[in-house]
This record gives sequence, structure tokens and C-alpha cells, in this order.
Amino acid sequence: MATDQSDSTRRDFLLVATGAFAAVGGAAALWPLVDQMNPDASTQALASIEVDLEPIEAGQAVTVLWRGKPIFVRHRTEEEIKLANEANVSDLPDPEARNADLPEDAPATDINRTKKDHENWLILVGICTHLGCIPKGQRLGDKKGEFDGWFCPCHGSHYDTAGRIRKGPAPRNLDVPHYEFVSDTKVKIG
Amino acid sequence: MAQHESTYQPNTGVERWLDDRLPLPRLMHDQVNAFPTPRNLNYWWTYGGILTFCLAVQIITGVVLAMHYQPSAEMAFDSVEHIMRNVNWGWLMRYTHAVGASMFFVAVYIHFFRGLYYGSYKAPREVLWILGVIILLLMMATAFMGYSLVWGQMSFWAVTVITNLFSSLDSIIPGVGTAIVEWIWGGYSVTGTTLTRLFSLHYLLPFAIAGVVVLHIWALHVPGNNNPTGVSVKQNSDTIPFHPYYTTKDMFALTLFALLFAWFVFYAPNYLGHADNYIEANPLQTPPHIVPEWYFLPYYAILRAIPNKLLGVIAMFGSIAVLFLVPWLDTSRVRSARYRPLYKWFFWLFVITCLVLGYLGAKPPEGAYLTFGRIFTAYYFIHFLIIMPLLGAIETPRATPKSITEDVLDKASKGDGDAGAIAGVSGAPAAPETR
Repeated sequence: MATDQSDSTRRDFLLVATGAFAAVGGAAALWPLVDQMNPDASTQALASIEVDLEPIEAGQAVTVLWRGKPIFVRHRTEEEIKLANEANVSDLPDPEARNADLPEDAPATDINRTKKDHENWLILVGICTHLGCIPKGQRLGDKKGEFDGWFCPCHGSHYDTAGRIRKGPAPRNLDVPHYEFVSDTKVKIG
Repeated sequence: MAQHESTYQPNTGVERWLDDRLPLPRLMHDQVNAFPTPRNLNYWWTYGGILTFCLAVQIITGVVLAMHYQPSAEMAFDSVEHIMRNVNWGWLMRYTHAVGASMFFVAVYIHFFRGLYYGSYKAPREVLWILGVIILLLMMATAFMGYSLVWGQMSFWAVTVITNLFSSLDSIIPGVGTAIVEWIWGGYSVTGTTLTRLFSLHYLLPFAIAGVVVLHIWALHVPGNNNPTGVSVKQNSDTIPFHPYYTTKDMFALTLFALLFAWFVFYAPNYLGHADNYIEANPLQTPPHIVPEWYFLPYYAILRAIPNKLLGVIAMFGSIAVLFLVPWLDTSRVRSARYRPLYKWFFWLFVITCLVLGYLGAKPPEGAYLTFGRIFTAYYFIHFLIIMPLLGAIETPRATPKSITEDVLDKASKGDGDAGAIAGVSGAPAAPETR
């Protein structure tokens, strides 16, 4: 009996040990198969771009491409800035600044959405935070929505003149990417 | 039913030799030729065969298209035009494949409504039904990926919008949604990298569908077919062999279906598509009005009806997921709506709801369209989650016939109008008794 029992224990141990080894090995073999789909080295190589602001008049906007994403650069008018400042931050659907250069909990005031002393320049990732469409409002004839900023035609999200979500299904304000002013008329994005 | 005795008779030496080694002829004989099938199946039961045909057409034309298509951002759009203009019969292959996707969904939706009307999901066919819902999900994934391959404006923005659905997970665990979306894209936006992997999966999934179809047919052949009365088969006289009775009926229905199919392919190949997809994908410009293909419109309406991103996505997936629960949500003991005076009306109300949601999905998301979108989205779920369980308790079903035979012979003698036309065509009175 004693021999039988110790045999069975030995078998159990071998079974569990082999099974566990196979499971770990299987999982390890699975990871490369999953990870191969993540952005590759060439995609990750962080390109930054410089944008010349000189030719953009107040009231105009341009779209540039950065990391495959459209970046909105808008030269805001005085009225647009005033309109953005009138909004009460605590009433916004998303009260956070979503500015890559500021801490996460920074409030979504107009100044936090821009750079100090360059409040007339609004620079945003031009991708609707709902499902990734590009909102309308860059061109002069575009429908700009109820808050005079951008309007996403896909599912009806309205953004204001600081790129903050005001109405519609989008959960977040348009993202503000990392950027800095190299000179008064040139910004480096990324 | 499935336990019926094998009637296969290997007559030659070769057949006997094979029967001892791989009894495939026996399987085909018992499950196709001699398979005992209720004698009263109407034309709504021909869609299983039609769907098998659709899958075969998609795989054959798809394999041909893949011989000429280039899955890269630079070449995809042009190679589709190359297929249309240069490749011998390329236009026919592509139009058949594109129209075929729509026909596949026409057939699958009719097949689902058939199941809902006649209670084909009820015990003992729950697994059969669940496998059907899995096939529907796989079909949707395949159709979506196939549509992306054209790499037109609608393709590109459909991929952007649908893959972004996963980013809604960010509101549960921040970062997870974005990580998943970038994993799917293989970058920070939809690019040629994304296109190539969608092509790979688009080629794979139809074979996965074929595999689940085999399971679906297996699960059908264990309890056997449901039928318009919903009454289980009780005696030999309730059934006729599948061949030649239902092979003939299926072929006739398939011929009519193929006429419709061919009409679209040859006379209106682009009617079900969207003109914007003949503009090459442009990552910098969203088309003014994005709509999915017609077969996704009801889900799209549900997605847009809810003003919260995560909840909208949950509702959209939930509209399919709820189908998995149907066998248990329906509490009535009677299968067929023919004997359910209340359910019959709610069934048609549900059909109308799906059609209206489809109409609303094609309209811009504003004003009255949005309001009605919300009402009908709510009703879609109310139908399954409230009406179905409730009806079982409050409805008094009409008396069901004692057997299929009794129902058929009663009708034949009385000339009952209910299924008169169907009975006439299927020749129920002429159907001989099985041995």
C-alpha cells in the first residue's frame, strides 16, 4: 500500500509539474504572436514636425500630419478666445485639460488648452474622441457646430473654440499634443 | 431522429471495403439522402441551403479575387480597379463577391426571423441557435474586414470608426482601450499595416465560418428540423426523406434566390454600395456623411442612439449578445407563433423595429431621427428582455395539433387557407408515407 501511495503521489507531482511547464511555455510562445501586431519600430520612431505659423491669418486654420494623425492648428480671433473663456469649466462634459504638457488633473480652462502668451494659437489632435472621425471646422465653409469650434459629422459631437466637447457622444476634449514654440512664428510638434 | 437506424446498403465490393474503413458514404446517405425531415416544411426552411450556397460563392469568388488583389495602402484601391478593368472576368468576380455579401445577409436575416417566428431556438435546439448566432458574428466580422479591403473613403472611415469602438474601454480602465486599438492598428492611426492584417483575417474567417456551419448542421441533425407547427416529430408518417423531397424544394428556392442575386450582379451591382467608396482612402478627410453597408444600419442606429460612448458600444454589441439568451428569455411552452396569438403580433412589431432602425441608421444623427432612434432602440431590447419572458406567462396559446401528420391531413381535407399556397406547392397531399 505504502509503495502504491508514494507512486501515485510521484505521478501526481509529475503530472502537475509537466502541465505547469507546458502552460508557461505555451503562454511564452503566445506572446510573440500577440505582440507582433503592436506598432513596430519604424512606426514608433518618434518623428516631430515643425510648422511655420507665419502665413496663417487670424480666423484661419491648417491641418498638418503628425504620426499619421491630423493636427489642427487654428489661429483664433479675439471673439473666439472670448467665447472659449466664457464657458464655465465645471459645467463642461469633460472638465480636464487633456494637455500632454500639463498634469492629468489640470482643469479645462482656455489657458490650459493653449500655451501662455500664445493664446491665439490652438493646436489639437484633430481626431474626434468618440470614434476617430475628423471633425469639420478647419475650412471656412465648414459647419462648425453649435459652439463655433468643430463639428463631427459622424455621430454629431460639437466642440467649442478651445476644442472642448460640449454636446454629443464624444467623451473627451480634443487632445492637445506635446508642442513648443521654437520662435514666435514656428512650433515644434512632438 | 438522429438515432434513426442506418439504411445504408453498400452494394459493391468497393463500397463495402470503404464502409469498414471510412464510412463517409454511409454518413452522407443517412444524414442527407435518407434523413427523416418533417413533411410540412415551408419555403422559409429553404434558407439553410441558400446560405450554404452563399458561403460557397463567397469563398470561390474570394479566392479568385485574392489572386489579383494587393493588400497594401499604395496598391489596394488601384488593384481593385485593375480587377474591374483588366483581369479577365474580374468585374464579374468582384460584383458577385460584393453583391454576394449583401445576399448572404438577406438570407441570414430571413433565416433568423424564421427561427424567431417558429420558435426554432427552443429546447432541444438551444445549441443549434447559439451556433447560428456565432456564425452571424463571424459573418459580420468577415464582411466588415472585406469592405475595408477596397480602401475607398467609406472603407477607411468604417475601419477607423469600428476599431475605435474598442477605445471606449478607456472609460473603464484608462489606457486599455487605446492600447487595444493601437494593437489592432499596428500604429497610431489606420494605415496600410492595418489593411494587410485585415486582409489576412478576411481570408481566414470564412473557413472558420465553414467549420461552425458543420457544427451547426450537426446540432441540427441531433434533434432534427423544427417545423411550422412546432410540434415534435412523433411517428414515421410525420417525416419524408430529405432526398428527393427537400433537395428538390431547396433547389427550386435556390433558383429563385439566384435570380434575384443575378439581377443585382448584372443590373444594379452598385445599388447596395456607396458612391464614396469609389474615392480612394484619405486619412485627412472624413466624408460628410458616414454610413455602413445596409446590413449594419440597425446596429449603427443603436450605437448612435445612446449619447454615451461606452454605453453606445455596449448597446450595439448587446443587440447581438441578447440573441444568445433568447432560448431562455422565451418562457412559452409553445414553439410556433402560429399557435401564439399575442407573440405573432409582437414578432411583426419586432420585424418593423429592425427595419425602422435600419432606415434611421442611414439618416444623419440629429433631430427627430435621433429621437426615434432612441425609441426604437429601447423597444428592440424591450422585445427580448420584457415582452418575451412576459408573454409566456400571460398568453393563452391556441391548441396545437396532435402531430404533424394530423395537421397536414386536416389542412388538405379542409383546404385551410392558412398555408394553402405553400401546401399546394409543396404537394403535401401528394407526399407519400415513408416506410
